[in-house]
Amino acid sequence: MADIARDMDISSPGRSESYELRLKRRNATERRFRMYGVIAITLAISALAVLLITIVSKGSSAFTQAHILAEVFFDPAEIDPDGTGDMKVIAKGNYALLAKRSLYDLFPEVEGRRDKRALTRIMSSGTDLQLRDMVLDDPSLIGTTQPVWLLASDDVDMLWKGHISRDVPESDRPISDQQVAWLDQLAEQGQVDRFFSTRFFSSGDSREPELAGIWGAVVGSFWTMMVCLLLTVPVGVMSAIYLEEFAPKNRWTDLVEVNINNLAAVPSIVFGLLGLAVFLNFFGFPRSAPLVGGMVLALMTLPTIIIAGRAAIKAVPPSIREAALGVGASKMQVVLHHVLPLAMPGMMTGTIIGMAQALGETAPLLMIGMVAFIVDIPGGPLDAATALPVQIYIWADSPERAFVEKTSAAIMILLGFLITMNAVAVFLRKRFERRW
Amino acid sequence: MAAVEMEQPEEALDAKITGRGVNVFYGPKQAIFDVDIDIKEHQVTAFIGPSGCGKSTFLRCLNRMNDTIDICRVEGDIRIEGHDIYGKSVDVVQLRTRVGMVFQKPNPFPKSIYENVAYGPRIHGMVQNKAALDEVVEKSLIRAGLFDEIKDRLDQPGTGISGGQQQRLCIARAIAINPEVILMDEPCSALDPIATAKIEELIDDLRAQYTIVIVTHNMQQAARVSQKTAFFHLGELVEFDDTEQIFTNPSEERTQDYITGRFG
Repeated sequence: MADIARDMDISSPGRSESYELRLKRRNATERRFRMYGVIAITLAISALAVLLITIVSKGSSAFTQAHILAEVFFDPAEIDPDGTGDMKVIAKGNYALLAKRSLYDLFPEVEGRRDKRALTRIMSSGTDLQLRDMVLDDPSLIGTTQPVWLLASDDVDMLWKGHISRDVPESDRPISDQQVAWLDQLAEQGQVDRFFSTRFFSSGDSREPELAGIWGAVVGSFWTMMVCLLLTVPVGVMSAIYLEEFAPKNRWTDLVEVNINNLAAVPSIVFGLLGLAVFLNFFGFPRSAPLVGGMVLALMTLPTIIIAGRAAIKAVPPSIREAALGVGASKMQVVLHHVLPLAMPGMMTGTIIGMAQALGETAPLLMIGMVAFIVDIPGGPLDAATALPVQIYIWADSPERAFVEKTSAAIMILLGFLITMNAVAVFLRKRFERRW
Repeated sequence: MAAVEMEQPEEALDAKITGRGVNVFYGPKQAIFDVDIDIKEHQVTAFIGPSGCGKSTFLRCLNRMNDTIDICRVEGDIRIEGHDIYGKSVDVVQLRTRVGMVFQKPNPFPKSIYENVAYGPRIHGMVQNKAALDEVVEKSLIRAGLFDEIKDRLDQPGTGISGGQQQRLCIARAIAINPEVILMDEPCSALDPIATAKIEELIDDLRAQYTIVIVTHNMQQAARVSQKTAFFHLGELVEFDDTEQIFTNPSEERTQDYITGRFG
């Protein structure tokens, strides 16, 4: 022993020069390694920041909408000429004319069909619905004159938000010099302003950007996710439990396992094609329906949930199972009383992450027709619908300038949902994770 | 089957557990070779032997814990009070309520101390109401010598107490279902000497009511707590005799070598 100690003394720390050198080099390597990590993280965070800043700066203006203040005379002759007071008659009134007249009143000097048409173009083609809804809400408006903030057209909106430049030649912009002049005249009198757009959150898709909203897509996504959740959770959790706890370990279960892992790697569009061939063409389920969308996404999400579930079950220490078996618990009691409660946070996390993945999935939904232009808010999983990512795809593909900000706004909402879901997953993991 | 029942081998009349020609295989590998053993009631029987000699494997045959291992196969005849525990009509769950087990590493459920002890009686429907359950829990904890230390913390997690206390909690959990036999697989190997002494004392107390089989690495422990000792080597039961006999005057040379520390 003494010999060894003496031998070690020769090269003991701090004594030899080569040791000092080696130590320095080792520390430098360590520092460098840590720096690589910091660089990688910085790159990732700045990429994320650029993405978020771009989206927010492009999309935030979509939450407000330009309006034009005009005095609208709710002419009984156009709404309800016979004075019936019947809501059905009132609903069919010529509100478009009322809206036009209110603009003509603002600019009495405008003459001629072409100019008048140009004038009416500064307001949205949806103003008739706006006025109609007002009257349906409160029929006593008929016969009165009211100041109304009429929804401006998307071109005016874009001009107002600065997305259309006044400097470009008239022929290169969708709004004429004359229209700009009218607007400036209105603006001087404080008759143009931007308001928070509740319409964006409450209406479905539209050809007119100023009328288009996200709600139809949100509801479509909701039904799709519901169907997906109801299908994947029971099937996924049961598969994970069976494979992990009950199935014998043999070639057959190995094959099943390999295939589940393979399915998790299959491109999502393939699941879409499968859904098209099987659910739509063979079983004849309705096209564009959240039911089918949910089923297709369930196929895609199942492997994720099964794999996460199995990992969570595997993480439960075998000693807990032995303890329960040792006091005479049956296999099922072991699983239900001990393994599942401990594996639940992991399983829920896997499920939520799988759902978040499904929520952001576009390609398979395109295949089963959820890319259709649908104005109505879906009332259930069998109605034709679209989903949030598909709505983004549709808007990104639309030529109108105003859809650019709508696209970014929709992305913001989708990201909001995804971040919320992931936050819930993290919360669940932190809250219910039990240590042993 | 009837023929097998008939030709019960000659055995000590007061044997609680009898093993005859027990072979255990893990896949193609044989772990236990032709073991014959008679374990008596109200005694502590210690299994000693070097690592990998099969003593734990044999212990786990006694409550069919090896069933949970897919590749494990048990041959031969193991009887508790004359009933073949590997018989077709035997319910494993039932068997394990009669043959409790304490493991090497303390493994309380990640639940409250109370729930740990109450779990067994509850799943077996051994108590009718909460008051009776409280009583069973209290009795078991008292018997395990743990009650005084933790009586104010019954609702706290069983994983939050010290290792020695956890192991006694596991013993309380095992005796809460009132087994006849308690198997202990190196119950003190993860504990410090003071906790070990407490457990050993407890084992001695429990002997009056239960039949205890303990696997241990520690020969002093075997000498201290057991009345009978079985020495396993390479899957064979080399020698099985009174503890005193084994440690003072073993009849086999291999036993002699092992207890004097020449191998193992």
